[in-house]
Amino acid sequence: MKLEVCGVSKTFQTRRGQTPALRDISFSVGAGEFVCLLGPSGCGKSTLLSVIAGLERPDSGEVRMDGRPIAGPGRDRVVIFQEAALFPWLNVRDNVAFGLAATGLPRAARYERAERYLRLVRLQGFHHAFVHELSGGMKQRVALARALALEPQVLLMDEPFGALDAQTRDMFHGELQEIWAQTGNTILFVTHNVREALVLGDRVLLFSARPGRIKREFRCDLPRPRHIEDHALVDAAREVLADLRSEVLAAAAQEEGAG
Amino acid sequence: MNIRWLSGWRLKVLFFFVLVVAWEMLFRLRLWPPYLFPSVFSVGRALVNGFANGSYPLAILVSLRRAAVGYGLSLLVGIPLGLLLGRVRCLQETVGSVVLGLQALPSICWLPLALLWFGLSEKAILFVVVMGALLSISLSTADGVHNTPPLYLRAARTMGARGVRLYTSVILPAALPGILSGMKLGWSFAWRSLMAGELLYVSMGLGQLLTMGRELNNMSQVIAVMLVTVMIGLVVDRALFSPAERRVRERWGLQNVPG
Repeated sequence: MKLEVCGVSKTFQTRRGQTPALRDISFSVGAGEFVCLLGPSGCGKSTLLSVIAGLERPDSGEVRMDGRPIAGPGRDRVVIFQEAALFPWLNVRDNVAFGLAATGLPRAARYERAERYLRLVRLQGFHHAFVHELSGGMKQRVALARALALEPQVLLMDEPFGALDAQTRDMFHGELQEIWAQTGNTILFVTHNVREALVLGDRVLLFSARPGRIKREFRCDLPRPRHIEDHALVDAAREVLADLRSEVLAAAAQEEGAG
Repeated sequence: MNIRWLSGWRLKVLFFFVLVVAWEMLFRLRLWPPYLFPSVFSVGRALVNGFANGSYPLAILVSLRRAAVGYGLSLLVGIPLGLLLGRVRCLQETVGSVVLGLQALPSICWLPLALLWFGLSEKAILFVVVMGALLSISLSTADGVHNTPPLYLRAARTMGARGVRLYTSVILPAALPGILSGMKLGWSFAWRSLMAGELLYVSMGLGQLLTMGRELNNMSQVIAVMLVTVMIGLVVDRALFSPAERRVRERWGLQNVPG
């Protein structure tokens, strides 16, 4: 598996005119890698994730999976959003099995797989619960199981823990590292939090303010499991933070200018 | 006895008891002749007689059958039309505006047209019922589709759902709260339109009993039939639509669950 992003640019039409969101982004992700896209809010990193998912088209450039350009969304590149986006009319198990319906697997096999991934995210026993009965953290666990159950080539995570409280987020950081170690998934993870990026990623791609460009790439080789309070990690974060800060200031200046 | 005891159904029963007593006392004051303001007992007798001699049950059956056929037709056409209106932008701007405009027309205004088209027949009244219910069903359904959170669609597409499956497994269930409130609204419009139509000319049915009551100067019968009409409208709403709507709103996690 190899995901390649080749010269992707995108511009949005707004009332004020054209807003460039992404400019000439190129990088590649190999099988089993955990890569974080880090940048100030509004830098276009979520847009890039949508382009990779096939939910949006780039103006120029292309995204290739194993050398073939992607055409539209597909089960090989599943997105987990900041909000869980579970379907309230389905119970937990049917939510997890949702994407499997089109795979041609028989029903029993779909449920079996859904239950396996519910165990992986520690939600066994919640098969028949409905979405409105779950807490925010549990919803995000279901969303994770739903994406993992499709066994995608690459998992695209768009600030998935952004709406959770700090304690729940810390717990997810630990569990996601475990799940990644167990399943060997390839993960592309968008965040604006430096320490989160360093806890999770092998590589961290730092984005500039709008239009988003990759400003710098950091490697993070700290031993796992990492924790957000680790000394080595905090030290490493300091260096990245200095670089990010100038971009955050630039983004803030842009917003003031626009507002 | 405290004030909390006097709430809920107890309060309701007491209120209606006081209302009936006040009515009877007003009657006993003989302010108006009995043929304009009948006693509670003569209305009660009219009800009992009407049910005993079979004229009320027959009228109820005839009216309910007409309502069911007209309402059923409205659902059959209205829901698919609403689904299209909610999803296809150009239809929404053209057909949608016509539907919105026609909804401002009280449905009984269709009666002259219906009589010219269909003559003095069952078809004419069905037409009035359908025109009363169809438009509000379509509009509510279209609203439901329109208010489908875009995130649901993005999530479904990234899991490989598209085309017909996207419609049946995401858009339709997501629109269910809107469809249900349209069905509820449609029923009350259908019932009202039917009564208006029956009053004006059609033989049999509850509307006809009302007209007969007027022609025979039988105020007790007029009031008795009005009570029956109210009860049927309420029972259908309370027994069918309200519980379904409440359950759906709760499960879909919508606020302001109506009591």
